Amino acid sequence: MKRVYVNEEWCLGCHLCEYYCAFANSGVSDMVKALKNVRINPRIRIEEEKGISFAVSCRHCEEPLCVKSCITGALTRENGVITFNHDKCVGCYTCILSCPYGAIMPSEDGVVQKCELCLNNAGGSPACVQHCPNQAIIFEER
Amino acid sequence: MKYVIIGNSAAAVGCVEGIRQIDRESPITLIASEPHHTYSRPLISYLLYGKTDEQRMKYRPDSFYADNGVNAMLGKTVTGIDPKAKTVTLDSGETLDYDRLMVATGSRPFIPPIEGLDEVEKKFSFMTLDDAHALDQALTKDTRVLIMGAGLIGLKCAEGIANKAGKITVVDLADHILPSILQPEPAGIVQKYIEEHASIEFVLGDAAAKFTKNTAILKSGREIPFDVLCVCVGVRANTSLVSEAGGKVGRGITVDDRCATSIEDVYAAGDCTECHDITIDGIRVLALLPNAYLQGETAGINMAGGDRVFDKAIPLNAIGFFGLHMLTAGSYDGEVSVYKDEENYKLFAVKDGLLHGFILIGDVARAGIYTAMIRDKRPLDTVDFELLKEKPQLMAFSREERDKMLAIAH
Repeated sequence: MKRVYVNEEWCLGCHLCEYYCAFANSGVSDMVKALKNVRINPRIRIEEEKGISFAVSCRHCEEPLCVKSCITGALTRENGVITFNHDKCVGCYTCILSCPYGAIMPSEDGVVQKCELCLNNAGGSPACVQHCPNQAIIFEER
Repeated sequence: MKYVIIGNSAAAVGCVEGIRQIDRESPITLIASEPHHTYSRPLISYLLYGKTDEQRMKYRPDSFYADNGVNAMLGKTVTGIDPKAKTVTLDSGETLDYDRLMVATGSRPFIPPIEGLDEVEKKFSFMTLDDAHALDQALTKDTRVLIMGAGLIGLKCAEGIANKAGKITVVDLADHILPSILQPEPAGIVQKYIEEHASIEFVLGDAAAKFTKNTAILKSGREIPFDVLCVCVGVRANTSLVSEAGGKVGRGITVDDRCATSIEDVYAAGDCTECHDITIDGIRVLALLPNAYLQGETAGINMAGGDRVFDKAIPLNAIGFFGLHMLTAGSYDGEVSVYKDEENYKLFAVKDGLLHGFILIGDVARAGIYTAMIRDKRPLDTVDFELLKEKPQLMAFSREERDKMLAIAH
């Protein structure tokens, strides 16, 4: 299955992946309207420190602890993709407590959010990868 | 191969899904006392609070049993296991054969022996969907509710009914709330927050000594009148089916790390069992939904002839009240460090060079990075712990470890 993988040494720390993620998941077609003066809450996050930077998003694990720990059944694994059902989630944050990568995060509306590889928004394939200027994240089979 | 599962909650569902990873064909019969489609018990407080409804709180889709070839016998209770004949007997008198049996019988509310408790008319537990409905129907905006127990169940009950009842009083013998997961200082922060956000009074370090029909007389002598009483002082594992069949039980059913009981071909998982908590290196009942699922899945895989161990059980709690979140894991003995500001609190316990436990209140983002360190017993001298204590981050790991996390498939 294709997943998003990180080439740490190529990451510029430009945060474009975060902006494109927030835009792709905003449901708004105009990037300015979606992002201007908005404090974004993207599903991919750059970590940076002392000249090192890299992006972190859902690893879509084969044995997903978030799915197995979810108390509502809101997280499921569908064709390998860890998928989130917003309607079922009550925002207990057991998934946040369970994910070893810190890839599930609180959403603005009181529940959680996570990368679904842009399969459930207008993107169709990961917008973060499409717009990374330096191939520091790539979408491929490994 | 015939599989029989007793129970219909997280461990039972984990067992079904575990079996079906290996064996897609053989029949599974699932028997449960409750007549409902599998639902998430921890959601009953969210149901009363209005954050979910009965359809959304189903733990698996309506098609779950059909999709997985499960004959669900709901509303029936298993009364006995005959391990020699390999049969279970139901309250209806029916007898079913099994080749592999799963016991996922959960736990039941503990009702303490207190004088006069029997005479209290409106008395409820808070564990099942039916409990939640019964309590809900007994409430009006003026109802005075007394909740015995300031633990996870008692406080989620209080939150669930906060907008439906009048005055709510919570009594606990412990001197702070949530004694099973919080120490006194963080408990004080949470208590203060709850008091600021709801009309809930806490009476701590005291307990009911006696009841009359509508009044609790506490050990201190204080009298608390109430209309409705919720008994949330703890739970007991349902072990009797296994013990009566000759199986080994302690405070819960004894299982090995393959989730097998001491009886051949009988497995057990979830709140009815006791398991090995790696953070105390001892056996205890860890009545937590994630553990129940993982144990159930482990049992299912092994029942179907696979080979899986579950040997990383740790205490884990994700809970929140009126918008304040807290995530806790592990145990808090060892060397403790605390960081706090106006809005957030965090505690780390370190023992034998390992992160042993933590408490996060407020900002809980990415806490699973800490949880994984406890679960995987990752030595602290291989990470930048100072960086980690600032916030959970993969930057604190070596480049090689990071590549394992982010550059290969999992």
